[in-house]
Amino acid sequence: MKNDIIISEISLKEKLIHHFEENITTLTADETPLFKEIRLKAMDTFMKKGFPHTKLEDWRSTNLSKSINKEYTLQLGNPEVKLDVSTIFKCDIHHLDTFLVTLYNGWFLGNEDITILKDGTIIGSFSKACVLYPDLVEAHFSKYASIENNSINALNAAFALDGVFIYVPDNVTVSKTIQIVNIINTEDNLFIQPRNLVILGKNSKLQLVHCDHSIEHKYTFINSVTEIVIGEGSTVDHYKLQNKDNDSTQITSTYFNQAANSTLTSNVITLNGGLIRNNLYVKMEGKGCTANMNGVFLIDKDQHVDNFLLVEHCNTDSVSHQLYKGILDDQSMGVFTGHILVKKDAQRTNAFQNNKNILLTDKATMHTQPHLEIYADDVKCSHGATVGQLDQEALFYMRSRGIRENTSRMLLMYAFAAEVINKIQIVPLRKQIDELVYRRLKGELSDCDQCILDCNANRQISFDIDLSRL
Amino acid sequence: MDSNAILSEVTSGEYKYGFVTDIEMDTAPKGLSEDIVRFISAKKNEPEWMLDFRLKAYRRWLQMEEPTWAHLHHPPINYQEIIFYAAPKQKKELSSLDEVDPELIKTFEKLGISLEEQKRLTGVAVDAVIDSVSVKTTFTETLGKLGIIFCSFSEAIQHHPELIKSYMAMAVPYDDNYFATLNSAVFTDGSFCYIPKGVRCPIELSTYFRINTAGTGQFERTLIVAEEGAYVSYMEGCTAPMRDENQLHAAVVEIITLKDAEVKYSTVQNWYPGNKKGEGGIYNFVTKRGICKGHNSKISWTQVETGSAITWKYPSVVLMGDNSVGEFYSVAVTNNYQQADTGSKMIHLGRNTRSTIISKGISAGYSNNSYRGLVRMSKKADQGRNYSQCDSLLLGDKCGAHTFPYIKVENKSAIVEHEATTSKISDDQLFYCKQRGINTESAIGLIVNGYAKEVLSKLPMEFAVEAQKLLSISLEGSVG
Repeated sequence: MKNDIIISEISLKEKLIHHFEENITTLTADETPLFKEIRLKAMDTFMKKGFPHTKLEDWRSTNLSKSINKEYTLQLGNPEVKLDVSTIFKCDIHHLDTFLVTLYNGWFLGNEDITILKDGTIIGSFSKACVLYPDLVEAHFSKYASIENNSINALNAAFALDGVFIYVPDNVTVSKTIQIVNIINTEDNLFIQPRNLVILGKNSKLQLVHCDHSIEHKYTFINSVTEIVIGEGSTVDHYKLQNKDNDSTQITSTYFNQAANSTLTSNVITLNGGLIRNNLYVKMEGKGCTANMNGVFLIDKDQHVDNFLLVEHCNTDSVSHQLYKGILDDQSMGVFTGHILVKKDAQRTNAFQNNKNILLTDKATMHTQPHLEIYADDVKCSHGATVGQLDQEALFYMRSRGIRENTSRMLLMYAFAAEVINKIQIVPLRKQIDELVYRRLKGELSDCDQCILDCNANRQISFDIDLSRL
Repeated sequence: MDSNAILSEVTSGEYKYGFVTDIEMDTAPKGLSEDIVRFISAKKNEPEWMLDFRLKAYRRWLQMEEPTWAHLHHPPINYQEIIFYAAPKQKKELSSLDEVDPELIKTFEKLGISLEEQKRLTGVAVDAVIDSVSVKTTFTETLGKLGIIFCSFSEAIQHHPELIKSYMAMAVPYDDNYFATLNSAVFTDGSFCYIPKGVRCPIELSTYFRINTAGTGQFERTLIVAEEGAYVSYMEGCTAPMRDENQLHAAVVEIITLKDAEVKYSTVQNWYPGNKKGEGGIYNFVTKRGICKGHNSKISWTQVETGSAITWKYPSVVLMGDNSVGEFYSVAVTNNYQQADTGSKMIHLGRNTRSTIISKGISAGYSNNSYRGLVRMSKKADQGRNYSQCDSLLLGDKCGAHTFPYIKVENKSAIVEHEATTSKISDDQLFYCKQRGINTESAIGLIVNGYAKEVLSKLPMEFAVEAQKLLSISLEGSVG
C-alpha cells in the first residue's frame, strides 16, 4: 500500500513536470522576461523539492499523500464560460453592497477584464494586469511568496495563469467591500493554481472578503497564493470564508507585507472542507505595525484543517495578536502552528497568541504548536494553548435551568466560536457568519448544496429551550 | 550604563572549576569502529549478551543520521576524533576511602564535594564517576541491608545480569535516537540503582560525574528501577575542567517505576560552557526517559542547566499506569555563545494521568535558549491532565529565547494547557530595588532567584544551595 502511494506521488509530480515542459511555450507566451525567469526558477525548485511531506517540520501533521494520489485535470487556457454565474450561484452578504469579483474554476470571470473605479482603484484579472501594468506587477510579484525554499509557492508560480489583481492608490478608502468568490463547478477533477496580488499605496483602506465554495462534489486540488502589500499607514481588513466540500484539497498561502504604521486584520473562518491548509505569513517590515489575526474552524467527519501562521516582527514598536479556535467532531483532525519570530532589534514588540480547541469525540485529534522565537530583549510575548472539552459545570448549570443537553452543548459551542466571530468589523458580514456558524453547529449547513448564503436571510438565531421547565 | 559593565564583567568571568587532574589513563585509540565496541566490551569483561546489544546498536547507528531539527548550530562532530574509552588505571578493588588516589580526593575537594565530607557529614552516598569508571562507591553496605542496590553499571552487569537484562533499554530502546544509539554501542559506565518492593530509600543517592581526559567523549548510562511502593530521590551533578576542543557527551538515563513507586531525579549541570568567544565547551546530548509502568507511580525530573556549550536534553515521562504522575521542573541558563535546546516530553497513555511542566529559561550574552516539548494525550488517556508553563527571561539584546511546544490530543476528556511568556527584567522592579538601597547586581540576583524559585524549591536541600550559587556565578547582575 505504502509503495503505491509513493509511486503515484512521484507520478503526479512527474506528470506536472512533464506537463510544464510540454506547454512551456503556451505558459510563457506574451510574458515579460522576468515572469519567464520566475516560472523557470520556480519549476526548478519544485522539481528539486516535490510536494511537501510529513518529514518536513512545517508539514509534520498534514499528510498530502492522499490528495496527491489522485488523478487531476490541468487546464491551460481560459475555458469559455457562457452561462451567467448568478443563475447557479449567488453569494450575497445581506445588507452589504459589495464589489463582486468571481473566480470560476480559477479563472477570472466578468464582463470587463479590468475595472477602474472613480478613485483610481484597479480591480481585475491578474493575467490582464500583467499585460497592462507590468511595472506594477513586476515590482511585487513573487517578492514575498518566496519560491526558493517553498515548493508549494514554487508550484503555484510555475503554473499560475490567472487570479485577481487589485491596486489601491495612495490616500484612497475603497468605498465598497471587495468580495472575491472562488467557485469550483466542473465535471473534471481540477488541479488549479490561482494567483492573486493586492497592492495598497500609502494611507489607503481596503476591506476584502474572500469566499471559497465548491458546487460539484469532485476531487479538486487548489493551491492558491495571494500576496497583499500594505503601504505606509494603510489598513486592510481581510476575511476568508471557507465552505468547501469534503472531497476537496485546498492550500492557501497568504502573504501580508506591512510597511510602517499599517494595520492588518485577518479573519479565517472555516466551516467545511476536505483537507485545508491555510498558510498565513505576516511580515511587519515597518515600524509601529499592528496585526490582528483571528480564526475559527468547525470540522467533523474526516476533515482536516491546518492553520499555519508565521508572524515576523522585523522592526520596532509593532503589535500582533492571534486568536485561533477550533471545534472538532467525529474523526476530524485539526492542526495549529503559530510561529512568532521577533528579529534582532525589533525592540518594544508586543506579540500575543492564543489557541483554544474543543474536542467532542475521542476520535478527533488536535495538534497545536505555538512557537515563539525571540532575538530582541525589550519585548512582551506570550502564547497560550489549550485543548479540552465543554465546561461540565456550565453544562450542568444550564441543564439545571431546564435547558436540554443538546441545546446547552450548542449554546456553549456557539459562545466558544463567538469570541472570534465578534471580532469581525463589518456588521452585516458578522451577522451572516454568526448565522452560518449557528447552522453549521446544528448540522444544517452541509445539506445545502446550492447557494448556501442566500436562504433564510432574516431568520433569527434561536435556541431550542424548553420554557415549561424553567 | 553600569548594568552593562556588570554584564561584561560577568560574561568575562572565568570558569571556576577548570583544572585537570593528572591521573594515568588507560585509553582506547581514537575513533569508532566495531573493534572499538568489542574493545570496550572486552575491557569491561562483559558477557556475550551485552556485547551483542552493543553491536546491534552500533550497526543501527551506522544507518542513522544526526538529527538537525534542534535550534542548535555547531560544526559537524567528527566521531573518528573522539576517544571512546578512558579509565583511570586501577590495580585492585578498593575497600576504603584511604585507598583512593590522593589526586582524585584533591579534585573532589576543589569542587567542594569531598567524599569524606559527603560521607561523614551529609549522609549522602556518592558514587563518584571519574572518566567512565566508578572509582568509589560509598554506603553500599548500609544500603545493602535494605536490599537497595546502588552500584556502577558495569558492576551491575557482572553481579545482577538478570535485572539489567530485564530493565535496560525498556525506556530508551537501543535504536531510540542517534545519540542514545551511540551511547548503547559505546557506553563505558554509569550507575545502577534498584529499590526493592516497599522500601523507601533513607538517603538521597548521588552521582558526581566528571569529564577528565582531553578529547574523551563520556558515555554514561544510568538505570533506576523502583519496585512496587518504593521511593528514591536521586541526584546527579556535573562539573568539568576547562578544555579548548569540544567534547562530546551522550548519556542515557532510564527510570522505571512500578505500582505506587516514586522516583525523584535532580540534576545540576555545570559543565565547561566554552570561553566567552564561544570556543570549546562540552556538547551535551542526553536522552533521559522514565516510564511510570505501574498504577499510581510518579516520576519527577528537576534540572538546573548552567553549563555546556550545547545542551540537547529532553527528560521525558511515559505515563503508562493509571493515575500516574509526571513532573518536569527546569531552569536553563545560557550565557556567552552557549546554546540550549531543552524541554520535556509527557506521553499520557493511562487513565487519570497527570503531568506538570515548569520551565524557566534565562538567556544572556549571545546565547540561544530554546524550550522544546511535547505533550501527547493518547486515545486511552481519559481525564488526562497537563499543565505547562514556559517562561523566558532575556538579559541583553543579542541573545534569543524560543519556545517550541508540541501538543497532540486524541482524547476528548483530556485537558491540556500551555502558557509561555517572554520578557526582560522590568525596569520598575530594578528601580524599586535600587531605591531601597539594593545595588543593581544584588537586585538582579534577587529577581533572577525569585524568577527561578518555583523550580529551585523542588531541588533537594544540598542541591538547592549549589544551584543558587551556580545561578549567581552564571548570571548575577548580567542585565543590559
